[in-house]
Amino acid sequence: MRIVCPFCGERELGEFTYLGDAKPQRPAADAGEDAVYDYVYLRDNIAGVMSEHWYHGGGCRSWLKITRNTLTHEISAVEPAAGAGAAKVGA
Amino acid sequence: MAGVQANRLANGGLIDRSDPLNFRFDGKSFAGFQGDTLASALIANGVKLVGRSFKYHRPRGILSAGSEEPNALVELRSGARREPNTKATTAELYEGLEAASQNRWPSLRHDLMAVNQLFAPIFVAGFYYKTFMWPAKFWEAIYEPTIRRAAGLGRAAGIPDPDHYDKAWAHCDVLIAGSGPAGLAAALAAGRSGARVILCEEDFALGGRLLSDGGTIDSMPAAEWLSRALAELAALPDVRIMTRTTLFGVYDGGTYGAIERVNDHLPSPPEHQVRQRLWRIVAKRCVVAAGAIERPIVFAGNDTPGVMMASAMRTYVARYAATPAKRVALFTNNEDGWRTVETALGAGLQIAAVVDARPDVSAAHRSLASKGGFPVLNGSVAAVDGGRDGVRKISVSLTGGARAEVEADGLAVSGGWNPAVALTSYHRGRPKWQDDIAAFVPDGAPPGMVAVGAANGVFGLGACLSQGFAAGAQAARDAGRSGKAGLTPVAEDEAFSLNPLWHVAGKGKAFVDQQHDVTASDIELAQREGFESVEHLKRYTTLGMATDQGKTSNVAGLAIMAAVSGKSIPETGTTIYRPPYVPVAIGAFAGHHRDENFHATRLTPSHHWAAEQGAIFVDTGLWKRAQWYPRAGEKDWLDSVTREVKAVRGGVGFCDVSTLGKIDVHGPDAGAFLDRVYINTFSNLAVGKARYGLMLREDGMVYDDGTTSRLAEDHYFLTTTTAKAGPVMQHLEFCRQVLFPEFDVQLTSVSDQWAQFSIAGPKTRDLLREIVDPGEDLSNEGFPFMGAREVALRGGIKARLFRISFSGEMAFEISVPARYGDALVRNLMQAGAPFGVTPYGTEALGVMRIEKGHVAGPELSGTTTAADLGLGKMMSTKKDFVGRIMAGREALVAPNRQVVVGIKPTDKASRLRSGAHIIPKGEIPGPGNDQGYVTSVCFSPTLDQWIGLGLVERGRERIGEIVHAHDPLRGEGYDVELCNPVFYDPEGGRQRG
Ligand SMILES: [Zn+2]
Repeated sequence: MRIVCPFCGERELGEFTYLGDAKPQRPAADAGEDAVYDYVYLRDNIAGVMSEHWYHGGGCRSWLKITRNTLTHEISAVEPAAGAGAAKVGA
Repeated sequence: MAGVQANRLANGGLIDRSDPLNFRFDGKSFAGFQGDTLASALIANGVKLVGRSFKYHRPRGILSAGSEEPNALVELRSGARREPNTKATTAELYEGLEAASQNRWPSLRHDLMAVNQLFAPIFVAGFYYKTFMWPAKFWEAIYEPTIRRAAGLGRAAGIPDPDHYDKAWAHCDVLIAGSGPAGLAAALAAGRSGARVILCEEDFALGGRLLSDGGTIDSMPAAEWLSRALAELAALPDVRIMTRTTLFGVYDGGTYGAIERVNDHLPSPPEHQVRQRLWRIVAKRCVVAAGAIERPIVFAGNDTPGVMMASAMRTYVARYAATPAKRVALFTNNEDGWRTVETALGAGLQIAAVVDARPDVSAAHRSLASKGGFPVLNGSVAAVDGGRDGVRKISVSLTGGARAEVEADGLAVSGGWNPAVALTSYHRGRPKWQDDIAAFVPDGAPPGMVAVGAANGVFGLGACLSQGFAAGAQAARDAGRSGKAGLTPVAEDEAFSLNPLWHVAGKGKAFVDQQHDVTASDIELAQREGFESVEHLKRYTTLGMATDQGKTSNVAGLAIMAAVSGKSIPETGTTIYRPPYVPVAIGAFAGHHRDENFHATRLTPSHHWAAEQGAIFVDTGLWKRAQWYPRAGEKDWLDSVTREVKAVRGGVGFCDVSTLGKIDVHGPDAGAFLDRVYINTFSNLAVGKARYGLMLREDGMVYDDGTTSRLAEDHYFLTTTTAKAGPVMQHLEFCRQVLFPEFDVQLTSVSDQWAQFSIAGPKTRDLLREIVDPGEDLSNEGFPFMGAREVALRGGIKARLFRISFSGEMAFEISVPARYGDALVRNLMQAGAPFGVTPYGTEALGVMRIEKGHVAGPELSGTTTAADLGLGKMMSTKKDFVGRIMAGREALVAPNRQVVVGIKPTDKASRLRSGAHIIPKGEIPGPGNDQGYVTSVCFSPTLDQWIGLGLVERGRERIGEIVHAHDPLRGEGYDVELCNPVFYDPEGGRQRG
């Protein structure tokens, strides 16, 4: 499998680490235990197109949000995490 | 001398007669030529019997001339280089080659195990499964040992492989599999278009079937066209031709696996060269021109030595000038088989008869027969009379019912051709049935791949050339290359006609899968017993599961299953295709990653110095760390470790702690960011101060700990444990980039940039003053406990100095740029000599941390909370941090949790061992009263007894209680006292002094 890192270009799978479902958002500090429980434990595992977190540890150390078909390994989109690279949200 | 070679033609072939080679097979000497395979050389020497079959030990010969070979498997080479199950049909001959036949005892000609044939009824389809159902003790005592001795292939060397294997990457626009006419045409078109081309050919010679079948291309003899095409390709700058290289797998994103047999054609690889190289090739497009495999027809005695694929016989005669038989019969159901007759006649061989299963034979062939003086029999071969010395006679059942017998010493068989659909099917592709050639052809292919020529079910030479050429040109365009491809090579298409014929009913064993000894009746039995689905058929009969993966047998097996189950072949379907296409040695996948190179080794900055001191090293992850420094007269490790601990506690010692993960945290929001990732607060840490920090996972469990210092308003220096250095960096990047992108902060891993030493003991300041610039104030006021700042060393080098203590002594940690680490350690030894400075290893480090009650890896087990570790008070209630909410869950704050406590045996002389379970005193140990376990132990020189830490239910409320340590693993049990985990200097006066 090959992933086109927005910072490094097309690189081989071995440079990346997989984390999993990128959909859940970390709840606000006051969201309460149920919301955090859902965030920590309820992950989708889709047979098909899914948004996932991958880490380019063998390259630029960016966290990436990758849209991948888990049945075919086809990657349709790669975007950097909000804070990847020099980007600062709301800076 | 080239020896007798009785079956070598006087002229012709692509062998180099000026380069004779000697070789041995089963101890007997033979001769051949450069350009031979082991199979062709054996044939030239009249050797027909080359092996015994897997289950029945039937005599077997050479069936094919390629990597599809099921029978002619040998042990090649000897000693550590002995390689079992090597195909004689692809093994290149070299001077001194040694090969031995397999699966026979005591000899190939007199194999006593051939009595297995008498027990054939127990070896039928599914016998493994049926046998397993017999009483288990029978299986272990009798059947398995017997079967293991009786059934099998070659023997592995059993000792380490002395050769090296390599792994490499390659990138190209167009990857081509196969150098037959279709592959070469594709390479010419793509190469001329300017594409970067890699062509892989598994043979050592380029040309595919052109080498055996000839023909006319662009009005030239095929050989001439071939040499011109190869010359043109060699001149193209971006075309790379790789012979002896099999494309064996297709992976995601246009990545392909190939195995290059770099030096398998030599007795041993030249010095500093590898035996094989595993290639991962990334290609924008791939043209599969892998050809087709001629398929056998299944009939009784079809495994007799001397029965050979018709195309293979042409190859041996035309390419190797070696004649498998003097009087050849042909059994065909198609036009192509007749080319063998033409080749054999051209070489002066006798044709005994042609048995053609088709009702009509062309006038041209009939006139060839009358000129050659041989009969054309309409019918099929029903039986073969012969044995270990080969074919003697064949029995033909003629259309209409009559029988005929033909005397011949070789039988060429052609049942048609199966396109090599493996590469196109590796992404769970299912090939589709094509009626006119009665074969499966690719039905689509993985992205970027296309099949051409015979691999695509197109068999005519002209069509192969034009299809290959068009695909090569298109692939180059798809890859963005727009050069001119030029003219398509032109040739005529041969006539094609085929009447499907898979199995001729008859008496005697008719083999479908010759490598696994699967017969037609095994398939019929499987169907009767309900194993009709092809995946069941495969596993029940083991059809196609041998090292040849059923290249010559799978389709025939499906066809027979289809016939007995009353279905069509496409309805019966194929099994899933999986790589590798040919066996690939595990050594090639390992490459150089074996023995001491299995993984990378990280050396600490003081490693070479420590090695000079005779240090004993321990592997911690990738690191080699000095574990202790033995001295003359010390009887064991405990002596050394005890001395080191006492030296530190009584004077001064140092330890390389560079393996700790180190991260520079920069930016205006650095403090706020650290507040989110640690349970305690760092934004309020004063510049010039260090603080111990604890991180949780988001599920509330402790993740890692370490000391973090504030070197400037916007600069923190964070340390992690050795084991978690990488994972913590990844976790912090996740926090920074994904969870809290609003913070203006940057992380830099500097683990390898700093050499860090712990210097500990009451004389630490004395030693430090010798190496630190005299202007630096190291007094308790000038550099108080938990102080952290940059200092100048004598000589001007800047160092980072941290007044932190893991040992409980007055201590500093000092960091210098890694390149000064070796100099620093030598300076410490020199400057410290007057104070008796003592280097200590990880064992002494561990002893002192246990004496001091500090938690480490065994306590940070991923199942402990901050409170379990006695660090619950560190959790801030004034801020959000990773793991905060989940850490508050009911079970994580339950009062009966197992928490860290000190443990010491009540008998001071007794040893304590980690892993022992804690049971209430007087109770019988069991899961119901298991209250925890001992996590870390050491012999404490300071307390002069074994001590430890453990995780024990309500441990902190039970200080002073006597409990029982139950160690069923070692068969031990003893009483221990639960105590304060801080055994040494609980007030902490020493580290603050
Ligand atoms: Zn990257």
